[in-house]
Amino acid sequence: MNAKKYVGAGVVKSDAKALTTGKPVYTDDLAPADCLIVKVLRSPHAHALITNINTNIAMKVPGIVCVLTYEDVPQCRFTMAGQTYPEPSPYDRLILDRRVRFVGDAVAIVAGETEQAVDKALKLIKVEYKVLEPVLDMRKAKDNKILVHPEESWKSLCPVGADNMRNLCASGSDSHGDVDGTFAKCDVVIERTYRTKQNQQAMMETFRTYTQLDTYGRLNVISSTQVPFHVRRILSHALDIPKTQIRVIKPRLGGGFGAKQTVVTEVYPAIVTLKTGRPAKIVYSRYESMIASSPRHSMELTVRMGATNDGIIKVIDLYTLSNTGAFGEHGPTTVGLSAHKPIPLYGKQEAFRFTWDVVYTNTLSAGAYRGYGATQGIFAVESTVNELAEILNIDPVKMREINLVREGQVMHAYYGETATSCALDRCVERVKNMIDWDKKAKPITLPNGKIRAVGIAMAMQGSGISNVDVGSVTIRMGDDGDYNMLIGCTDMGTGCDTILAQMAADCLDCDMKNIAVYASDTDVSPYDSGSYASATTYVTGMACVKACEELRNKILLTGAEMLKVNVDDVDFDGQKVYVVADPEKFVTRKQVGYKGQCFSNRELAATVSHSSPTSPPPFMAGAAEIELDPETGKVELVDYCAAVDCGTPINPNLARVQTEGGLVQGIGMALYEDIIYDEKGVNYSNSFMQYKIPSRLDINKVRVEFESSYEPSGPFGAKSIGEVVINTPSPAIAAAVATACGVRIRELPITAEKIVIGLKNK
Amino acid sequence: MAKILISFTLNGKKIEDAVSPDQPLLEYLREKGCKSVKRGCETSNCGLCTVLMDNKPILSCTMLAVRADGHNIITLEGKQQQAEEIGSYLAKEGAEQCGFCSPGLIMNIIAMKDELKNPSEDEIREYLSGNLCRCTGYVSQLRAIKAYLVSKEDCQ
Repeated sequence: MNAKKYVGAGVVKSDAKALTTGKPVYTDDLAPADCLIVKVLRSPHAHALITNINTNIAMKVPGIVCVLTYEDVPQCRFTMAGQTYPEPSPYDRLILDRRVRFVGDAVAIVAGETEQAVDKALKLIKVEYKVLEPVLDMRKAKDNKILVHPEESWKSLCPVGADNMRNLCASGSDSHGDVDGTFAKCDVVIERTYRTKQNQQAMMETFRTYTQLDTYGRLNVISSTQVPFHVRRILSHALDIPKTQIRVIKPRLGGGFGAKQTVVTEVYPAIVTLKTGRPAKIVYSRYESMIASSPRHSMELTVRMGATNDGIIKVIDLYTLSNTGAFGEHGPTTVGLSAHKPIPLYGKQEAFRFTWDVVYTNTLSAGAYRGYGATQGIFAVESTVNELAEILNIDPVKMREINLVREGQVMHAYYGETATSCALDRCVERVKNMIDWDKKAKPITLPNGKIRAVGIAMAMQGSGISNVDVGSVTIRMGDDGDYNMLIGCTDMGTGCDTILAQMAADCLDCDMKNIAVYASDTDVSPYDSGSYASATTYVTGMACVKACEELRNKILLTGAEMLKVNVDDVDFDGQKVYVVADPEKFVTRKQVGYKGQCFSNRELAATVSHSSPTSPPPFMAGAAEIELDPETGKVELVDYCAAVDCGTPINPNLARVQTEGGLVQGIGMALYEDIIYDEKGVNYSNSFMQYKIPSRLDINKVRVEFESSYEPSGPFGAKSIGEVVINTPSPAIAAAVATACGVRIRELPITAEKIVIGLKNK
Repeated sequence: MAKILISFTLNGKKIEDAVSPDQPLLEYLREKGCKSVKRGCETSNCGLCTVLMDNKPILSCTMLAVRADGHNIITLEGKQQQAEEIGSYLAKEGAEQCGFCSPGLIMNIIAMKDELKNPSEDEIREYLSGNLCRCTGYVSQLRAIKAYLVSKEDCQ
């Protein structure tokens, strides 16, 4: 590997021109014009049994091709969670079920020639329900007499402490050290409870899929998904057909943020195509994407924290109650991150304990959303640290400087992993300077009565799922000695198709234009778990480095044979294989490439899979400066500063935009994003009118800087960046609000209403 | 439903067509092959479906196709050169990300450039406030837009 040329450079994404000129590269742009239009009839009840369903009149609508009910679907339960098999998420779904479990649950599938016909038919399906009492409050779900999943065919494949007869999707506990003994030794112990709500990923492209049969009669699924290989397996389970009969292709994605790590739409057109033999497509409206999707798990987190009078945090005991909603997608796994990410940030602890319950309720089924439980846990633990700092009369930045985890330390609450690369200390220092903390730590009342204040928080995440995630890269040399790189990870705007090519170009000492990248297609791409869990740069990136190394060796072997010398006597500089002792003797890359196509018994290609036994955390610190109006409770975010340690930023421009975008999503979660249900379980937050995401006018200054460590197990020293960046705004903004007006908001979002109520109750 | 005959200009081409009276312009334009026009919501919040009617930006999701009668409609397909230029500024910052909101945003940037002289940062934000983006958090887009306007000597 020669001097770095592309790694570390802000290379423009290879798909940029197609995207900015509006080329038809997304799922719905590519769907054939003769696709049947598929829509889903949705339950108006949070909990009910279908006693009768009459589709006769609907079938008579001209243009209607099929109407499917629970009687028409395979009876094998499956999970829609895009996870490695065997999935920790319980098998609790059917494509259509007689029991409906939330307002918006699927009741029937209608397919027809036109949208108008389908809309008309949806209205003409006659459904009779036996309406049942729902479980809507997650605090009352465990051991409630009302069961969300009483069915005998429910099953859990992994030992996650699930029990459908107790409304439990998962439960358990974990600890290290003498928790009670350490609490007894502490000078101060505080206990606080925090609540976070369901949040929508709100990617601009809603869920969508089209399906068709190919030449061989196989089901081809073209879908806006982060997990093509998981989609194939899950569809095979749901449809009860062999996996070889399914091919999944991912075109460009209009955003994902974890939403598309759940197989939300794929089953509907797939079953229609299987039943009718015709191409079919479903495009969720924004309304459906709000009421029948895969939002962040709402959680209630109780933190007990013990410390010495001089501010050393000795022990944390966390109980997390998580609401998985009507189905268990990602329920057993998200909850773990609520402890595994915040607790290890504090390096002087002697003990920790983590206990959890994940419960079913008759609300929207939760899923994966950037941060994946860490966001909730970090809001709770970082807020508790801020409260503890106030009680101990220690500056919150100082509190962190005293306690933060440092490189080389063992993180007991993080699977006992060692912090092999950690610049968290530098991140805190940097953010402190960026926001001018020492000058602004005390709140200032402005002449207009508004109060300016600052708040800080730290965060970490992982880089892929250790001992699980697999990334693979196939790289091969072809015509002219140029390369094709096939990958199975899924660029959803993040730029992984580009950054993996940056890495490959540096590994093979060539120009990026010499490498054609293709992703992703389950028939063509090598296996990849998919792009989630902040895995792609770190896991697939390492597969890329290893694949290039293997191909390089084959290039050397072939070149040496052509030069009739020993392979130890040659080197490859990216353009030619040459004899080291006599560089005038060489064969060009082009010659080597064509040699591979003529009288060759060696394929000039390498496919390498990579998995990591560790998941090195990226770290960061974030600080918010707000202006709070004590008359109205309105909070305006004046400035947000972040310093991030993602290891080596492979593409600093894209890393920066990831950070800015993640921060702004976190700001939305902190200040306004909220899914609100009425007393019957109807989701009010069903459009961008009711579910407000930040607009351009809500964002003032967002400033990002990097404090890089070097991760020895990552490609070029890289870790991840995608998720860690969403975690700091909620605790940092909550801290700034508390500093400004003395009101601690412990339930997100931090609305003006809650602040005014807090001020009144002071 | 009886179709209605309309006559209008689409990306410089005269079109006469019979359209359904209940079809939004957005759907009609996509049927005509203008796939750059995207739908992100049903409530006129996201700005993804922005096109130009008589050089003014409109939301094609909330206008019926029949209302295009007699007007001049331009989508990003009809502004490829400007799209490429503005797009290159976005791409230099990595600010296109998933790209799904880019066509609507770029249409509105084109309209803004025609309408505002030397817009300030606040004016830019205000003008483009109806164009939502979930990937970028907007700051990289602002950097890109300012750089583009500076290149056109049209920014404070």
